[in-house]
Amino acid sequence: MAALAVVSLILASAAFAAPPDQEQIERGHKVYDKWCFPCHGSGQGRPGTASLAARGQKPAVLEERTDLTAPTIKQFVRHGVLFMPTFRKTEISDADLDAIAAYLTRNNKP
Amino acid sequence: MSVPPGVTPKDFSDAIKRWQEALGAEWVFTSDEDIDLYRDPYSPVWHEQEEPIASAAVAPDGVEQIQAVVRIANQYKIPLWTISTGKNLGYGGSAPLLGGSVVLDLKRMNRVLEVNDKNHYALVEPGVSYFDLYRYIQDHKLKVWIDPPDPGWGSPMGNSLERGGGYTPMHDHFDAVCGMEVVLPDGELMRTGMGALPGAKTWQQYKYGFGPYIQGAFSQSSLGIVTKMGVWLYPEPEAYLLGTVMVWKRNDVIPLVEIFTELVSSGTMRGCTTVASPLWLGLPDPELDTLRAGGSVTAMEEYGRRKGIPYWSIPLPFYGPAKVVAAQWEYAKKKCSSIPGVTFQDGPSYRFPLNADDLAKVRDPVQIGIPSLQIFGLLPPQSRGHIGFSPIVPMDGQALIDAFSLFDSIHRELGWGRAVLTTLTSFPRAIVIIDLFPVEKDVEKNRKMRELYRRLIKEAAARGWGEYRTHTTFMGDISNTYSFNNHALRRFHETVKDAVDPNGILSPGKCGIWPKRMRKAEA
Repeated sequence: MAALAVVSLILASAAFAAPPDQEQIERGHKVYDKWCFPCHGSGQGRPGTASLAARGQKPAVLEERTDLTAPTIKQFVRHGVLFMPTFRKTEISDADLDAIAAYLTRNNKP
Repeated sequence: MSVPPGVTPKDFSDAIKRWQEALGAEWVFTSDEDIDLYRDPYSPVWHEQEEPIASAAVAPDGVEQIQAVVRIANQYKIPLWTISTGKNLGYGGSAPLLGGSVVLDLKRMNRVLEVNDKNHYALVEPGVSYFDLYRYIQDHKLKVWIDPPDPGWGSPMGNSLERGGGYTPMHDHFDAVCGMEVVLPDGELMRTGMGALPGAKTWQQYKYGFGPYIQGAFSQSSLGIVTKMGVWLYPEPEAYLLGTVMVWKRNDVIPLVEIFTELVSSGTMRGCTTVASPLWLGLPDPELDTLRAGGSVTAMEEYGRRKGIPYWSIPLPFYGPAKVVAAQWEYAKKKCSSIPGVTFQDGPSYRFPLNADDLAKVRDPVQIGIPSLQIFGLLPPQSRGHIGFSPIVPMDGQALIDAFSLFDSIHRELGWGRAVLTTLTSFPRAIVIIDLFPVEKDVEKNRKMRELYRRLIKEAAARGWGEYRTHTTFMGDISNTYSFNNHALRRFHETVKDAVDPNGILSPGKCGIWPKRMRKAEA
């Protein structure tokens, strides 16, 4: 039951969240460039991108995705996945994490 | 929320309140959700009873706040575990060694205080990452290089204090440290070297100051909290040239390393490189695996010749004026030509500064002082992390043959299959063997990995090879091997620890050194 509740919450937040404003997206872009791009950017030597590509995730570059939700992004940043570690609040604050989520969901279809 | 060992819940609650007053409640983390962020994602004891979990974390943003944290910790005898950027993955990350410690997270102290491109140094705070320092230098168009280790998210301060290494001529990171500011365990502020002279103009230019040289006491140590550190930088060179020497017989490594040692000791080759065996590192091939497990040396050599894979190779990176690096590489080739059958490969080479297009094509950016995370690309896509066994062996070809054979046989004996072994020449007169293996989120697999790790420690020590650095889980094991004269060195460290930190609040257990009040528990 608890798992169902969490799933419902995630779906609800994805479906009804207000579209992020441009300022928030720009802030998110800056934070993304600092913290995420070295692993998840385009070009050679980006192990996060390479790992996603090897596991069949398309597109493997996170900035090109249109299916990520804010809760999913926050889950990965705060809990890690595979060799990606967790990021503490002294590294990426909750406000910065909101901004990253705004940036990476900017192209999602309503 | 747990309570630090030996501390009453009331005292801990009082300390938390006082830390909140000193730092602001936002920077004192006590919820399970927040504390979870301080677990080591690459822990070899993940989800086991012995996994050390912090009781809380505090994140000061200045020296005075650190002093306040320390004074409060002293009053209640609360153990603190200091981290800088907390990305020391494979060595403990941001988790403490002693469960229940409070993590002193210095990431917020992330100011680049000075970069001088005339005398080639920087003065940084603990939370500055290699990426931060690189960006600062680029933004200010300064003509100096940093020397990043493989992952660029670590801190110049933390990596240097842990005696890490990079690749450029400044690759021995602790050797490049010049001047520290330290909060001592009682909260007092001290500066080392020329920093002890009020108004000194050379704090980042002359290491030794006057009297006993004390900087080393704060590396891999628990005697103080370094709050500012000078680090020497490398003036942007005119050119970089990489030349690779390849030899095709197993025993060729003996004259090869002898020549290499002369190149290093004379300063002809000043970068960090690897003495590697492409045959031992090669992609899995059943034929090669069979040969490695029990085939003759001749058969291995024949396989290498047939497949075009040298038995050993050394890439030699040269930095400096274009004519000089070309002459250095010619000299190296001339020396190595005494080895029958040796072959050479030129390049890549660069002239600086590089334009953006050329920069994007650089295959190994850390070699030219550009921080990166691409080392993680060497891990399998499904990897959950790694840990390294890294003993120091002599810079000697026969020692490499012996070490590779021994470690490979231990891997096989314990059911791990072939070992993936390489080396780094991070330090001037010795070689670090790098033996990497995976950590998992699986209790039984990790138990077997620890068995392998501890066997490697024991067998290496029996041959006079000791580790230079290790994960917190194995610090006690490694410390036990440095046992000359009934552990005289550790007893000395304990004497100093007890004198400087009588309440034993700073990083208990770090490198096997426990404060007096916890020593029985450790034994």
